[in-house]
Amino acid sequence: MTLRMAPQAKDPQLLQGSEAIADAMIAAGCRFFSGYPMTPFTEVLEVMARKLPEVGGVCMNAESELEAIGMAWGAAATGTPSATGSTGQGLSLMQESLSEITLARLPLVVLNMGRAQGDYYQATRGGGHGDYRHLVLSPADAAEAIDLIGLAFDLTERWRNPVVVLGDYYLAHTARSVTIPAMKTRETPEWALDGSSGGTRHAKLISPLGTAKQRDDVGYDIAVHYADCVAATNEMIANVEPLAEVESTDDAEIIVVAFGTPGAYVRAAVRQLRSDGVAVGFIRPITLFPFPSDLVARATQGVKSVAVYENNQGQMLDDVRLAVLGNAPVHFIGGLSLDSSGFGIAPDLEVSVLVDRIREVAAQ
Amino acid sequence: MSTSLPTNNPPDEPSRLVDDFVPTLIDVGAHHLCPGCGEPIAMRCVMEAIDERELTARSVAVFGIGCYTAFSNNLDIEVLQALHGRAPSLATGVKRAKPSTIVVTIQGDGDMVSEGLQEVLHAAARGENITCIMLNNGVFGETGGHMTATTVLGQRTKTSLEGRDAALHGRPILLSSLLAQIDGTAFVARGAVNSAGNVARTKKLLLRALTAQEQNAGFSFVEILTMCPTGWFIETEEAPDYLNDKLAAVHEPGVLKDVLGQ
Repeated sequence: MTLRMAPQAKDPQLLQGSEAIADAMIAAGCRFFSGYPMTPFTEVLEVMARKLPEVGGVCMNAESELEAIGMAWGAAATGTPSATGSTGQGLSLMQESLSEITLARLPLVVLNMGRAQGDYYQATRGGGHGDYRHLVLSPADAAEAIDLIGLAFDLTERWRNPVVVLGDYYLAHTARSVTIPAMKTRETPEWALDGSSGGTRHAKLISPLGTAKQRDDVGYDIAVHYADCVAATNEMIANVEPLAEVESTDDAEIIVVAFGTPGAYVRAAVRQLRSDGVAVGFIRPITLFPFPSDLVARATQGVKSVAVYENNQGQMLDDVRLAVLGNAPVHFIGGLSLDSSGFGIAPDLEVSVLVDRIREVAAQ
Repeated sequence: MSTSLPTNNPPDEPSRLVDDFVPTLIDVGAHHLCPGCGEPIAMRCVMEAIDERELTARSVAVFGIGCYTAFSNNLDIEVLQALHGRAPSLATGVKRAKPSTIVVTIQGDGDMVSEGLQEVLHAAARGENITCIMLNNGVFGETGGHMTATTVLGQRTKTSLEGRDAALHGRPILLSSLLAQIDGTAFVARGAVNSAGNVARTKKLLLRALTAQEQNAGFSFVEILTMCPTGWFIETEEAPDYLNDKLAAVHEPGVLKDVLGQ
């Protein structure tokens, strides 16, 4: 395979989030991408369709999200670094396959360019059947998205478990100056299918039901396979470092928690309150799973109250409450905020609005 | 202590091993499918065709979900297990990512026509260089004999107890006939495994389909009519004739399309 793109970091360029994410995936070694158009995921698919063939990769415009995830599943089984994605609605269609891909222990990066922030549960709990977890990374802007895309491909390769990158409309459609990292090449893993183990009496098998062959006198033993998957998941959770952005928490009486692009607006509100002398701190979880629970627990010890902003009915709120464990009252200062398109343009993301809500919590 | 079922016609000579033959590329030959099932015969045809074409070390079989899934973990070719109905998209991913592979899907009529019709139609229309194989017995055998999209009119199943009625249940989809009309298909044929002659003919169809894939000629498809005496609620020995009289009368065996040069 010949690579036309030079293997060094590029100069800073002004890119929309979607294009930055696509370029970052290619730089991270992604060589197979499949998707079905849906706002605000569409532009990622467009850019991959244009750029992936230039580096010898394959991009498929699938007939539906069902086929998109299926094609990515097949490509992942060949050891090709693969990704797919959609918005939350399209990912709902993909959930059956996502469950089984996880139980088949295949690596895959899954983008959710979500509308508002209603897909927190879908991403962190999984909307599919069975017993599995996905790692979930949540960038606040295009520059962080580039870093997290690289991390996602590293993590999925290391743990053979899908990794979800949860973005949103703002991330997809906001342009900023970013630097795409150097091109990374990845080794083909030993478990990958290419047909060559056929006839050796030990032909490879990749299956969500297990990998034990009947010749080994056991056949599929789903109880054993599922237990192995649980053990692998637990090892992954124990070894993946939870990440968060933390600001001004040391002397804070109120801690505000938010994730994703809205986190940047909340951070601006917190900074404004700080400059007004309010003892407020800020935590933005970057890994939504594993959730930075220990960090939140430590930072909120002894505070007067905790406030959570998210553009939904209150989903991450559960994880914050579990982390705080009743040591402080947790107030919800978010709520669904949409324009008529429903894509996630949030009238509430006005720093003065957020400042007022945090002040209300402070006054309680 | 061995147990035996009571019978009115006990054998008049002790049992003896007639042959110790293990079919090509089927590791242990053991499966738990019912007596009289046609799927093991169809699987053996597929494996022999791959072996004869010397494609063993290039092949990846993508399995759907059905009774035949019993073979997904005892073959000596590489296997990727898919969800019910979803094998053609996985096969597409494998083939596009590793074009040197020979990719076949193994699916039933419930898998391919009921749950996964969209997948196979689009794979065919794309002219995907894969070979899809449908084992068609007109019932969901694994769940115990329920109506599928290929169940013929009049056929009794657990969800069409008085026989499939066009007014009540709709009509069967003749997938091979449908696929033959799509431009992306290179080879479309329907075989059966209810007689030695039909088994031999079916293997030739499979060899032709593999040739189409080797030549990158486009999508190739072989439908194989298989017996399911359990799901048809008939005696085992009646199944080959039942296949002939009922299924094959509607899903007619033969080559429906072949664009390869002779």
